[in-house]
Amino acid sequence: MQTTITGKAFVYGANVDTDQIYPGRFLDLTDPEDVARHAMEGADPLFASQCAPGDVVVAATNFGCGSSREHAVVTLKAAGVGAILAESFGRIFFRNAINLGLPAIVCPGVQEAVARGDVVSVDIAAGTVANKTTGATLTAQPLSDYVMNILRNGGIKPMIRKSLGL
Amino acid sequence: MHAIEKILARAAGVPSVGAGEIVNCDVDLAGINDLYLQTVRSFREMGGVRVHAPDKVVMFLDHYAPASTIAQAENQKQFREFCREQGIDLLMDVDQGVCHQVLADKGLVRPGQVVVVTDSHTTTHGAFGAFGTGVGATDLAIILVTGKLWFRVPEIVRIRLEGKPRPGVYAKDVILHVIGRLKADYAVYKAVEFAGPTLRQFGVSERMALCNMTTEMGAKTSYIQPDDVTMAFLASRGCPPADVPTTDPDFRYAAEHVFDVSAIGPQLAAPFSVDNVSDLAAHAGKPVDQAFLGTCTGGRVEDLAVAAAILQGKHIHPGTRMLVVPASKAVFLEAMERGYVQALVAAGATFVTPGCAACLGTHEGLLASGERCISSSNRNFPGRMGHAKAEIFLASPAAVAASALEGRIADPAKYLA
Repeated sequence: MQTTITGKAFVYGANVDTDQIYPGRFLDLTDPEDVARHAMEGADPLFASQCAPGDVVVAATNFGCGSSREHAVVTLKAAGVGAILAESFGRIFFRNAINLGLPAIVCPGVQEAVARGDVVSVDIAAGTVANKTTGATLTAQPLSDYVMNILRNGGIKPMIRKSLGL
Repeated sequence: MHAIEKILARAAGVPSVGAGEIVNCDVDLAGINDLYLQTVRSFREMGGVRVHAPDKVVMFLDHYAPASTIAQAENQKQFREFCREQGIDLLMDVDQGVCHQVLADKGLVRPGQVVVVTDSHTTTHGAFGAFGTGVGATDLAIILVTGKLWFRVPEIVRIRLEGKPRPGVYAKDVILHVIGRLKADYAVYKAVEFAGPTLRQFGVSERMALCNMTTEMGAKTSYIQPDDVTMAFLASRGCPPADVPTTDPDFRYAAEHVFDVSAIGPQLAAPFSVDNVSDLAAHAGKPVDQAFLGTCTGGRVEDLAVAAAILQGKHIHPGTRMLVVPASKAVFLEAMERGYVQALVAAGATFVTPGCAACLGTHEGLLASGERCISSSNRNFPGRMGHAKAEIFLASPAAVAASALEGRIADPAKYLA
């Protein structure tokens, strides 16, 4: 697992729901490249064309609230997002992100400490977040051992395969 | 322990559990819906060959019922093939309706069960004393492979409802009011229990509406202690009597809130957030292009009944269209028998196949830019029901019918004499 992720930040407010992250009318798409084209379309139509591998999504509370659609994680991952930092997450979105190996980190104060375009570095193992543009540093809430174990395995699918001896 | 904790402890095969603990639970009922073919893909990607317990799996073709694009049709075809291949007999095809209502109609959900569906509104099943929770496609696939899923035992908050609702005020108004006060992220990672004397006045339909919308506060699950109302409903659906877990008297809730429901009027959640709640009166008179009656929140027989009572012998406003989506086939049949369908169609309503329909903006009644809709559904996010610049106001089924009649947001009380 890559424990340090560095990229430019895309910053959003509170209660960004999964309809904004991935609109319902595209749920019949199943291939990640197709799904990636609509990333954040309901909140930020420029996101999909500007996001580069390793970039970081930053948000206030309850990021990913709403529906159970795993597409909301698939689209961010396929668009290149390396980590998501928020004050809190919608619980299904959080599970989906961890299951697919996309670090979702609760980091108090992060939304106010980062502006769009700032370069942010996240050390998942150490639980630290650094804003390289402003010099600010923040402490993230530690991920539970259970969740860290899923991430270390590269997501839950490889972990289950391993447990089945595959 | 709380009843929810007892359910999780039993399912995990341990004597007790407490908030914050991670437990691996046997799942009693796993539901997949037709939005997420990824469930089948993840099953195969994890090395799944045979589904662990096909008799505990229910497949719902409800969100795209019936298919309106070739891609949807292809996905549904693959689901049907998967059910045949895996011996999943509980295939609820496009005639059956919304997953949560179908589970209730068919007596598949019971007190004490762990119910997991790939739909966020699985909290609905707290109305039957089950632990219901929504997950994504890959989590559900883990259940298909192993029969189990991990959960963090949630903190539990209790919401006590007191007083008798005024005429024109329904369970939907109560839950909108609660969400407006406590806000959309109040219950993230938590469980929400409803208690108090008002519940005695609410039947199963109203209790389902309450539990359904706890999802909009971020809740992981919801709970109402089963009583004689619950047991009579379950018996009518052919469920055998079962042991019902109860909460120990010394259990300590993470928080408690009391609401006097006699003090509130009809409520409305204005765009673009479910917690943006005010008295309906604050928006009364705003013109309405579409009135939407349906969904797992507000498409049951009781909801169609109040709409039919308001619109019987009248006609909706010429500038407004009204869509009615019975939550399930059983709801549709009963509404026909009772004459509600006749009354609503004669009043100018358009009926749509039982299912999720326009609620999630995929088909059957989307909104154009700048249009306004009053809806008995559960979400008003930007773009939820069509164009991102369309407005959705969430209200009770009675308010939806009264607004269709007047062509503007209207208080239903005057039609309920």
